[in-house]
Amino acid sequence: MTAFLAIVARDLRLGAGAQGAMLTTLLFFVLAVSLFPLGVGPEPQILARIASGAIWVAALLAAMLSLDRLFQADQEDGTLDLLAQAPLPLGLVALAKTLAHWLTTGLPLALIAPLLALLMQMETEAIPVLLLSLLLGTPSLSLIGAIGAALTLGARRGAVLVPLITLPLVIPVLIFGVGAVDAAAYGLSAQPHLLLLGAFLAAALALGPFALTGAIKLALE
Amino acid sequence: MALGVDRLACIRGERQLFSDLTFRLAPGEALLLHGPNGSGKSSLLRMLAGFLAPAAGRIVWDGTVPDDEEADGLRGRFCYLGHQDAVKPQLSARDNLVFWARLSGLAAERAEAAADQALDAAGLQRQKRLPSRYLSAGQKRRVALARLLLTDVPLWLLDEPSNALDRAAVDWLGGILAQHRAKGGMVVLASHVPVPLPDARLLELPDGRLT
Repeated sequence: MTAFLAIVARDLRLGAGAQGAMLTTLLFFVLAVSLFPLGVGPEPQILARIASGAIWVAALLAAMLSLDRLFQADQEDGTLDLLAQAPLPLGLVALAKTLAHWLTTGLPLALIAPLLALLMQMETEAIPVLLLSLLLGTPSLSLIGAIGAALTLGARRGAVLVPLITLPLVIPVLIFGVGAVDAAAYGLSAQPHLLLLGAFLAAALALGPFALTGAIKLALE
Repeated sequence: MALGVDRLACIRGERQLFSDLTFRLAPGEALLLHGPNGSGKSSLLRMLAGFLAPAAGRIVWDGTVPDDEEADGLRGRFCYLGHQDAVKPQLSARDNLVFWARLSGLAAERAEAAADQALDAAGLQRQKRLPSRYLSAGQKRRVALARLLLTDVPLWLLDEPSNALDRAAVDWLGGILAQHRAKGGMVVLASHVPVPLPDARLLELPDGRLT
């Protein structure tokens, strides 16, 4: 446990530094969403109709931004060798790094999303559901994205490859995330969608570490 | 804790680097890997660390071949130091070492004490709070080597440990190697330049001749 927390704390510290990805991710998210009112025009009905999709798609893309560096930075300077020989199983090492990634990208994205929802004229009842759906969905993005990042270790153009591998796999997260928000906006129950998001996260949490272990072992060779 | 290697072979990129490599290493012993560039010294070290699967043969710890799960348990019983220092430039030398100590399972306070001790031994008392990007290559190497002193692991796997070190630091390295062996530790070391490692056995790669 102490090793797990040490990795999380170190990654948070490195991530919050000058080269940290947190600020760029947030800025990208805000900018991408604010392009929609400029692009489709300011009519409140149209904006309200596309708000959930626009915010979720922007969050999905923003979460991809810093993924390629997740393991690469550690591989380049030899830290990955160190992490692999720690007493902590490799799957948990990767999980700790993924948790740090979520804390610096997914969590801030989710927390700032309600503000963007106001900008997009979203129904007020739907805003808490948006927050909840992002809180449930972004950890899955980080987990699946981490697998993509581990698989592309050592590949050139990893920054392009990671979204190509990851985005098709996280389409269910997008569908149920948007579904939950839309259901709430139309006055229906968002619960089924949120439950499915939770199920997806549970599956990713259980299976992710195995995939991560395999992918990182390949990169160590 | 003893290490044995049986008829080990290594294939990298469809080229066989070495085969039929056999040796034993008992507590207190050291093995020096010799050979031209590309003869498989680094690959052998990575194989012993479990990063690389042998193409043939087996690695035996204490008379048993660890299967996959045991290999997880064997981690933490060796310390591998590759070409790279793995020193994060944003963190100070001390923070780097504290992180490594905590990674090997030491609680926060003990980790800090171990890090301070190791840095003092490495002669980096004055630089320990400085962000590591201001350290010279040799100083970074000393930080990386100080990692060996954090915990008591039986086997050290060192790949060109004296890179970028000045003469005083090489002497210091010789000192910690001798201390480690006196405590019953084992060393496998690859180096092109002479390293102070008295009565180490010599393994010539790629033909695997032991002297």
